[in-house]
Amino acid sequence: MIGIVDYGAGNLRSVKKALDFLGAESRIVAAPGEIEGIEKMILPGVGAFRAAMEKLQEKKLIQPVAEWLAEDRPFLGICLGMQILFESGEESPEVPGFGIFRGAVPRFRQGRVPQIGWNRVRFSRPTLLSEGLEDGAFFYFLHGFYVAPQEASIVCGETEYGIRYPSMIQRGNIYAVQFHPEKSADNGLKLLQNWVDLS
Amino acid sequence: MMTIRIIPCLDVDEGRVVKGIKFSELRDAGDPVALARRYQEQNADELVFLDIGASHQSRETMLSIVEQVSQQVFIPLTVGGGIRSVEDMRRALQAGADKVAVCSAALRDPQLLAEGAARFGAQCIVLSIDAKRTENGWHAYTHGGRRDSGRDVLAWAREAEALGAGEILLNSIDMDGTQAGYDLELTRRVAEAVNIPVIASGGAGTLPQIRDAVAQGKADAVLLASLLHYGEFTVNDIKSYLADNQVEVRWSSHQSI
Repeated sequence: MIGIVDYGAGNLRSVKKALDFLGAESRIVAAPGEIEGIEKMILPGVGAFRAAMEKLQEKKLIQPVAEWLAEDRPFLGICLGMQILFESGEESPEVPGFGIFRGAVPRFRQGRVPQIGWNRVRFSRPTLLSEGLEDGAFFYFLHGFYVAPQEASIVCGETEYGIRYPSMIQRGNIYAVQFHPEKSADNGLKLLQNWVDLS
Repeated sequence: MMTIRIIPCLDVDEGRVVKGIKFSELRDAGDPVALARRYQEQNADELVFLDIGASHQSRETMLSIVEQVSQQVFIPLTVGGGIRSVEDMRRALQAGADKVAVCSAALRDPQLLAEGAARFGAQCIVLSIDAKRTENGWHAYTHGGRRDSGRDVLAWAREAEALGAGEILLNSIDMDGTQAGYDLELTRRVAEAVNIPVIASGGAGTLPQIRDAVAQGKADAVLLASLLHYGEFTVNDIKSYLADNQVEVRWSSHQSI
């Protein structure tokens, strides 16, 4: 059973619809008690760093998610769900993120912001998630901030938008992507299926 | 490198796609769900659904369509037409939309953009501008292009960006339906006035005109309706042409450029 953390911002249900389409069992987790019984966790998200952390706080989900991450249990962060794994965002530096990865979350300073549309992901380090996907495969992006990790070793996918930045990271059982696999047609469904299939 | 997006637009009235459809092989040619699937197969980058029906029932039908489409089609969906409040936005997003487009309601109450952006994030708020040339530059029109709001389009676009709009859907009333090409000057002026993406709409009739919207109009995406619905071109036809003309587009992984 996959738990999709719902903290009430943006369109979080689209991840559930994609998992339903793939035939993967999932349920929405909106309270600490609902984490009981799930084997994998997805932290989706669009919107703002501060609002996300505040909503998670309101729903008392920060501690259970932090514990999940600390125990290196199967996890997929999507978009903002990737960014809040870091220490803090440039947009609201006083609001701490989960801080399991060191590094900043700066705003794009070039091109149109937010980046909205399809861009390539170069799998700089192949992982189980990129299996069966061509290097440079297209995914849908929708973000104004990006992650700048201190440890280069966690980066497994990169994208160019005026600068080259990490669009996919992994350490142990923790995976996170900057793009939206649930909105990336066949490539996205393939990547989600790969994650679902991880044992 | 970001690619240029090709976005089919489905105008829906009481649950049916209007503007005419010629896909003979579709049993129910005006069925929005079937069309959405068709366009995803053709490599459409996003889809826009505009509710042009006036009734309350048409709004409800639209939400049900979005719900169905979002269970089967996994590309971004924008819903517009009749979005007048944050609650309307919430319902559209809840039904499965990724973005909402607002037009007249934002001109009446610009704070709607700020409230929507604060609640759902700027990336899901699309400002739709119906622009028409006047003696004093372009004006933003309301009520399906029937009423002049008096607002200068460039000033309005800049204000909307500052308030929190994440994208601008720019429709030229003058060119809409003419198939004579996009209003390139309008598109370029707006694209240069703001730093958020601009979707060009209205007037596409040929492939070179679509290229011009990007190359000269500086558009980040193009919206297409009749040209696709009538089956003159598929999304892939357009992408092949653009790729041959130095415009980067997205292909699914089993295709090569």
